[in-house]
Amino acid sequence: MRAWRWLRENSILIIGLLAIAYMLVPILVIAVFSFNDPPGRYNFEWAGFTTEYWADAFGIEELTESLLTSIRLAFFTAIGATILGTLLAIALVRYQFFGRRAANLLIVIPMATPEVVIGAALLSFFLTLDVFQLGFTTLLIAHIMFSVSFVVIVVRSRLIGFDRRLEEAAADLGANAFTTFRKVTLPLIAPGVASAAFLSFALSIDDFVISNFNSGSTVTFPLYIFGANQRGIPVQVNVIATMLFAVTIIAMLAVIIQQKRAEKAAAMRPEEVANKPAISIPV
Amino acid sequence: MTTLRQRMTPYWLLAPGLIWLFIFFVVPMYYMGELSLKTGTLTTGYEMTWAFSNYADAITDYSTQFLRAFYFAGVATILCLLIGYPLAYAIAFKSGRWKNLMLFGVVAPFFTTYLIRTISWKTILSDSSPVVSVLEFLQLAPDGRVLATNAAVIAGLTYNFLPFMVLPLFASLERLDRRLLEAGQDLYASARQTFLRVTLPLTMPGIIAGILLTFIPAAGDYVNATFLGGPDQAMIGNVIQSKYLVVNDYSEAAALSFTLMAIILVGLLFYIKFAGTEALMGDEEEAK
Repeated sequence: MRAWRWLRENSILIIGLLAIAYMLVPILVIAVFSFNDPPGRYNFEWAGFTTEYWADAFGIEELTESLLTSIRLAFFTAIGATILGTLLAIALVRYQFFGRRAANLLIVIPMATPEVVIGAALLSFFLTLDVFQLGFTTLLIAHIMFSVSFVVIVVRSRLIGFDRRLEEAAADLGANAFTTFRKVTLPLIAPGVASAAFLSFALSIDDFVISNFNSGSTVTFPLYIFGANQRGIPVQVNVIATMLFAVTIIAMLAVIIQQKRAEKAAAMRPEEVANKPAISIPV
Repeated sequence: MTTLRQRMTPYWLLAPGLIWLFIFFVVPMYYMGELSLKTGTLTTGYEMTWAFSNYADAITDYSTQFLRAFYFAGVATILCLLIGYPLAYAIAFKSGRWKNLMLFGVVAPFFTTYLIRTISWKTILSDSSPVVSVLEFLQLAPDGRVLATNAAVIAGLTYNFLPFMVLPLFASLERLDRRLLEAGQDLYASARQTFLRVTLPLTMPGIIAGILLTFIPAAGDYVNATFLGGPDQAMIGNVIQSKYLVVNDYSEAAALSFTLMAIILVGLLFYIKFAGTEALMGDEEEAK
């Protein structure tokens, strides 16, 4: 009876934890199967424990090459999308201007468009125009395009919680617009910009559908997996996926810790600033 | 007094990003629309013939895959809502100091590649797996086979798009003013009534955003159907993909994806008209 009551009272939490388990099981399966020793080419059935493939993680040249291509692509995507998106976010939060609704719409609609449509449209464009050779360049163009909107959202939320008096103070102290931006605005929104860059890197390295349409003969990590699917996916794919998962978590923890530190150092929150004497505002 | 130079500042900031989006999103859509009205083949070249028949052909030939895509995406969205709402509720109200850890659990799948996650389901649902044996024992999979059925594809879609449902739901539940829930209790509403008359209506924007963010990508998906389904599970995304990339039948493929885009855009604009772009951008308070 008592157990039943306990179950009833905590039912939502239990359902929540079960759902979390459901989210995590496939990841666990990937990691576990990176230690599998399949007899044939297909890595679907547990056949015995081995660390052989971890020792030989980068042994398949084609796979390693595709991973490096993906990392290079994600790196340039992060730079491009972060610059374009941050400028858009600043304009949208800081300024009133004619055409704001249209600008918002142009940023939101790509996010709400099915990837297959974006991929198909870009391919139609590249084929008809015949200026760009399908390959790394077209992939980079596409990846920056679909990442920009996400950068805008992340940086925007950071800018909305920004105390503008800090900039006014800088201006009062004789800093010009550019110096104010470089010395005050940028350091304060830096954590937001960093997470945006991180997000676009992750979006790019994970993208399959849009890349599938616009890659030409360039092979990224997801495209390699797709191609390998018919002939059997090597265990090394599981190994690399597990590594990427671990690296991402470490990088994310680093960003979070950095962010907490930055928040402590800078008087970001208006209410905190209001409680402190004006002199303590750092410039 | 603002000078002309100051008034121009936002446009200088907007220009690079908006020009990029215009050239590589809007213009490609135009080219796809144009291609959908042409006739020809890859070898002979394409000619503009205003072939609206491409649309008629595309829709009549592939109505099954269109309907199947919306059916699969619809069922997956409902399942995401049924799993995602209690999950978001548990994280927002019941998780205590484990909140961040539970949120991490929701986004963790994003840290592995989408394709690998889907292939992981192929492993879990493969014919010899213990999960399938249990389902067979429960008479839920009578032939001992889950792969290449509708259920497998819907399960994959549900799994892959669940975070897109949970995050907006969580955001709207977290913003909920808890005093309203207390007020409901003070006025002798039962827990159930409080939920139905206070919590649910107030989190409706989150529910709608979650439905859109789940349904739209699911309807256009072809990865789950490729890996977890068989020929009878092909969705409209599979048709577009194979027409573009395998058989090079560009005109009809363009017509198909333009139709898909049009259907989704109508729904989306309808939503934006009522809720604005702000809710989709994750923030209801537009800076003044």
